[in-house]
Amino acid sequence: MTAVVAARRSGLGAISINPVAKIAAALVIALTLAFSLDVVSASVALALELVLLPFAGLSWGAFWRRTAAVWIAAPLAGLTVVLYGRPSGQVFVTWWFVQVSEGSLHLALATLLRVLAIALPAVVLFATVDATALADGLAQLLHLPARFVLGALAALRLLGLMRDDWRALALARRARGVGDRGRLRRFAGLAFALFVLSIRRGTALATAMEARGFGGSTARSWARPSRFGAREVLLIVVAGAIAAVAVTAAVVTGQWVLGGR
Amino acid sequence: MRSGPDVSPPAAVRARGWGWRHAGRRAWALLDLDLAVEPGERVLLLGPSGAGKSTLLAALAGVLGGDDDGDSSGILTVDGRDPRAARGSVGLVLQDPDSQVIMSRVGDDVAFGCENLGVPRDELWARVREALELVGLDVPLDHPTEALSGGQKQRLALAGALAMRPGLLLLDEPTANIDPDGVLEVRDAVGAVLARTGATAIIVEHRVEAWLDVVDRVVVLGSDGTLMADGEPRAVLAAHGDALAAAGVWVPGREPRIARRDGPAERPALLTAEGLSLARVPGSPLAATVSSPLEVRVAAGEVLALTGPNGSGKTTLALTLGGLLAPFAGEVRAEPPLAAGADPHPIRMRSRELLTRIGTVFQTPEHQFLTSTAREELALGPRTLRLDPAVVDQRVDELLDRLGLDALADANPFTLSGGQKRRLSVGAVLATRPRVLVLDEPTFGQDAVTWAALVELLEELRSVGSAVVAATHDPRFVAALGADELALSAVLA
Repeated sequence: MTAVVAARRSGLGAISINPVAKIAAALVIALTLAFSLDVVSASVALALELVLLPFAGLSWGAFWRRTAAVWIAAPLAGLTVVLYGRPSGQVFVTWWFVQVSEGSLHLALATLLRVLAIALPAVVLFATVDATALADGLAQLLHLPARFVLGALAALRLLGLMRDDWRALALARRARGVGDRGRLRRFAGLAFALFVLSIRRGTALATAMEARGFGGSTARSWARPSRFGAREVLLIVVAGAIAAVAVTAAVVTGQWVLGGR
Repeated sequence: MRSGPDVSPPAAVRARGWGWRHAGRRAWALLDLDLAVEPGERVLLLGPSGAGKSTLLAALAGVLGGDDDGDSSGILTVDGRDPRAARGSVGLVLQDPDSQVIMSRVGDDVAFGCENLGVPRDELWARVREALELVGLDVPLDHPTEALSGGQKQRLALAGALAMRPGLLLLDEPTANIDPDGVLEVRDAVGAVLARTGATAIIVEHRVEAWLDVVDRVVVLGSDGTLMADGEPRAVLAAHGDALAAAGVWVPGREPRIARRDGPAERPALLTAEGLSLARVPGSPLAATVSSPLEVRVAAGEVLALTGPNGSGKTTLALTLGGLLAPFAGEVRAEPPLAAGADPHPIRMRSRELLTRIGTVFQTPEHQFLTSTAREELALGPRTLRLDPAVVDQRVDELLDRLGLDALADANPFTLSGGQKRRLSVGAVLATRPRVLVLDEPTFGQDAVTWAALVELLEELRSVGSAVVAATHDPRFVAALGADELALSAVLA
């Protein structure tokens, strides 16, 4: 039987790496970059990441689809800083609250690069996270309460049913003659109806889980071992190295600016 | 199969003066029940809806809850133990296929119960394979549970219970919500399981015929929650057949008969469709209806049954004819006698205009409940039409009486039984007297009494010139109403 488990784990690239390690890796980079405000550390980190991302096991189509929001959000964040960032150095434009200065341009570039450097690896790593494997990891490696973790996992499965429920509820309202109401009122009604239905589904699911011995006093066994091996350690080391190189480069070039000064 | 240290031997069930009252209710769901089921017996548990069958199974499975959830009296044991302490040696399969799937992959779902029992990993996966093989679910272990049919999901639930190797297997209407092919799938799987494991079994089902060869004893609960009959299956059915049929049990040879009525003399077409292709969600068409578009004619005084296998688009066609989904291609036309001044395309009618023209009853009654009492539910449509309050009251009272819901007029629709919910959802649509009635699986999971009441009501509507369209799997329904059949073909792979 371990063959099946092994087969599931033998995916390409980072797909089959333990989700707990992925979260740790993304956190290492995010926390390091969150504590700095300079251009050098963010751009070095981003450059290193862009070299490694193709090996993450995500197809290019999936990559662009998943990261589309990041590519839109990053320039927007940068633009906001250009217009409203704390002015310093030479001021180029002043209009109402808007002041574009040398300092705000510099800070905007740093922000844009920083958002990309934090969000891209996070999105790519999370895109390949399997919810079941994540729950296994949280419970077996981090020893979060199994009751809580598995309850959340089972509830996650209800999301698909909720989408179908929402559609059916909307059609049923039209059939019952109340579909002409204003958009806001209709949405509120639908949301409440979905809430009621979801509670009922949740209760039924809880009964089914209890009937299978969930929440009993017996110590639980785990069908799928959550392993933390060389690949997991390697991923976190790589993330740590990216963070370290980025910070070192910034310090050496004299650009290191600690955030929140 | 039945070897190893963790196998529960067939269990004995004892009830002595046992009763249960749900918290907040005045009446006892079950009272003074005396019942002994010996190890290895297979019992079919019958009785009218509301007799407490599900309550008894939940209690035996140890999931009825504690003192906060209700009061109990007397003694109920599984192998001499309180059922709550015997969890894990009892397997429970419930009615609704969707609410029993716990994990997103087949193998993980079957393994779930074993994990909770602390079964070591290697033995656990051996049990999973064995259980899947026994219920005949031949899919890979990482097959997504979402992709299973209703019958497959019920077999998955059975495998999940089975992998725990219970000494007692409880099945609460395991085939009520699945199509006829699925019923036989599940019945055969249960038969194979019991033959191999020798476990004690208690099965609740309205459709007796399919289960007669699987069980060796029939126990009948009365409507007051006490024991009414008990014995060899065919002997009990022979002795109590009429009483059982009156209680809604489908007794072989005593199926309900519906008197046919004359239809109207004039039968004009009300709804027509040509070159019709369907889409469940905008933009993603059902392939089979694109390659061979549908032609539909719905006429006054006639019944059109939409039939075909799961996934062939019966529901989508019903909702499209009901003016709720836009066709992918082609058009649905409301002919002049139906349109009566409104847009001739049902999908473009206003929601309120649909009320008197096309009424749609959904497969899941909960989807269409909008108010907090049965009475309000029936009154909503007529009020939306701004009818005179006296007329509204009159229609509502008439429907409450006709549907046998008088006593439940102030009950919350969500707290009704399955049969009552179905009747209420049909009544709520009938209250505005639509000329065309569209129903999605109206007879799914209905006991014989509700079934007959529903079919009689539809036959009456048909005879006075309404048109009925029903997506259905139920050949009895098609025959009883003399319906024309529109058979949809399977989805093109």
